[in-house]
Amino acid sequence: MDEAFVALSLPPILIGMFAAIACALPGNFLILRRQALIGDAISHVVLPGIVVAFLVTGAVTTWPMMIGAAGAAVVAVVLIEAIKRLGRIEPGAAMGVTFTSLFAFGVLLLEQSDTSSVHLDVEHALYGNLESLIWLSAEGWGSLLDPVALAELPPELGRMGAVALLMVLLTLVFWRPLKLATFDEGFANTLGIPTVALGIGLVIAAAVAAVAAFDAVGSIIVIAMFICPPAAARLMTNRLEIQVLWSVAFAVLSALLGYVLAGYGPLWLGGENAVSAAGMIATVAGILLGLACLFAPHRARIGAPRDAVG
Amino acid sequence: MPATFLLALTLNAGYNAALVAVGAALLGIAAGSAGAFLFLRKRALVSDAVAHATLPGIGIAFIVMVLLGGDGRNLFGLMVGSAVSAGLGLLLVDWISRRTRLAEDAAIGAVLSVFFGFGIVLLTVIQTMSRGQQAGLESFLLGSTAGMLMQDAVVVAAGGALAVAAVVLLRRPMTLVAFDPDFALASGIPVRRVDLAMMGLVMGVTVIGLKLVGLILIVAMLIIPAVTARFWTDRTDRVVLAAGAIGGIAAYVGAALSASAPNLPTGPIIVVVAFAAFLVSLLFAPGRGVLASALRRRRFKLRVHRRQGLLALAHGEPILDQLTLAVLRREGLIREDGVATEEGRALAAKALRDERRWQVARTIYQDEAISGRYDVLTAIETVLTRDQIAAIDARIGGPALVAGGA
Repeated sequence: MDEAFVALSLPPILIGMFAAIACALPGNFLILRRQALIGDAISHVVLPGIVVAFLVTGAVTTWPMMIGAAGAAVVAVVLIEAIKRLGRIEPGAAMGVTFTSLFAFGVLLLEQSDTSSVHLDVEHALYGNLESLIWLSAEGWGSLLDPVALAELPPELGRMGAVALLMVLLTLVFWRPLKLATFDEGFANTLGIPTVALGIGLVIAAAVAAVAAFDAVGSIIVIAMFICPPAAARLMTNRLEIQVLWSVAFAVLSALLGYVLAGYGPLWLGGENAVSAAGMIATVAGILLGLACLFAPHRARIGAPRDAVG
Repeated sequence: MPATFLLALTLNAGYNAALVAVGAALLGIAAGSAGAFLFLRKRALVSDAVAHATLPGIGIAFIVMVLLGGDGRNLFGLMVGSAVSAGLGLLLVDWISRRTRLAEDAAIGAVLSVFFGFGIVLLTVIQTMSRGQQAGLESFLLGSTAGMLMQDAVVVAAGGALAVAAVVLLRRPMTLVAFDPDFALASGIPVRRVDLAMMGLVMGVTVIGLKLVGLILIVAMLIIPAVTARFWTDRTDRVVLAAGAIGGIAAYVGAALSASAPNLPTGPIIVVVAFAAFLVSLLFAPGRGVLASALRRRRFKLRVHRRQGLLALAHGEPILDQLTLAVLRREGLIREDGVATEEGRALAAKALRDERRWQVARTIYQDEAISGRYDVLTAIETVLTRDQIAAIDARIGGPALVAGGA
């Protein structure tokens, strides 16, 4: 049992958790800045990015695809800003125009190019294949100390761990300016904080997290993790420090519970096959948010009329 | 390919292609006009939540129909299921953004990702249920028109027609609410119910469009035509009409293009056609387009330079700015060496006098209606009557020789 767990379940669980943390951290600030749907937009435009990368390099390799996806994310953010400013269109609509169009271009490119020989399809981009990231050379917990076996770990684990660590570091380093700029942009400006650059940096950090996570776990988890854990955390406290901690806790809990429920839940219910782990992790995150909406201490809007509290 | 495209445009590229083209056009009209209200209400991305929230409904409907011993792929059943779960998602977005401190965008993102994730879970359940037999529900992600049945086409066409009829019936209250919800509320219009009706309409369009363009791209058919139409007019009713027309044409042309070559799926090609229309409007629309506003800026800049140049001439100050010199030269107000011509001196004197008139006018008429119009460029004749100007001139005195003029 231990052997099977370490080989088959431990890597995906860890990757899921790292992905969840990497997305939830920038998500806290995006939610407070009313940019929650940036994550949604980025994860849609990842598809054209990887298709273009595939057409350029002719192979399904990780780094070109990640660069392509990141490039597409930057193109999308620039396009959204351009449409917003040039056309004087409200941000939501500008976003809707941009990401649906880029996604459509991606699908068309994919259909037009000969990708039948390689594993590249829309479904894969949407819900990843967390279950397949297994560690075949593991022979139990002892393998965690065995350098030969450790070298065989799925590369996604290292990448996702590094990105999660990067997000933690970025959050710590830019904590003060980010917090100030998020709550009171005018005041931050008078202190000399470059708020515009900070905002762009935040979106780029979110894009990096989204692209890395998408490669390992698919778009669905990315969107869910950008929004659900920070949103639930927002309802738990009025302090940003505590909110970020709550969001990390919710993210880890979603990844853990979601993976376990997807892998073992059907067996407990008498089924034979596991269900999609990515989908289940998103579902669990949603259930946590639902509970927070119903019971969290700070769920009501301050100043809301009494009858609206509930 | 061009020949097939023309055939498809004239509905002669075969039975299936014609069905798809007519269905798509109806759907495009309905989506465009329903989306216009959504866009004007500044809630365009709610459609994203609605679209993604259909997936679990599709899954549950399939499972229920199979358990009841029927065909899980019955389009009507799947549509009913998707409508129920989309409605639930919509109510949740509404509930979260009204009852908790979370903003609407967070509510939208939460509902769309969670419902979609749960839908994916159901799809994997169905895969194991049908024991290797493809249920084909993945086609609802991106739509598919290949081998569309007559009954499917009828469902899409009838649904599209119904949605258009609903837009026509509800256009008055929806226009009012989209334009100014507070005024609508004060006029006794049940804003919340109208909003719900509008969302119901969006939901209907989404459900109808699932088969044709898929749940990810139906969002584009709701948003892009409305945004495109907004460039061409400032009137609410015309935005709605134009959005319907743009949506219908984009869908029809897209469907024809899709029929004319292999590997051009209908949904994405419709979106790309709509995006092309958007791009053209963004750049070239009169009034709100990029080109038009660049030209307007340029004209404004030239007027400022001309005016400042004239004042400098009147004051006898040297002009150093190249653009100002160029503007004055082109109109023949100064010679090549920078000395004012006869006409230039006359206009400079007039500019100085008008400036003085404005100064006096602003001390006499201290209300916003007149003093507020002073922006250096507005000619005083367009604001004051001839008698008023004569009264001001009486204070200033008669025309005097402009310094440096002679």
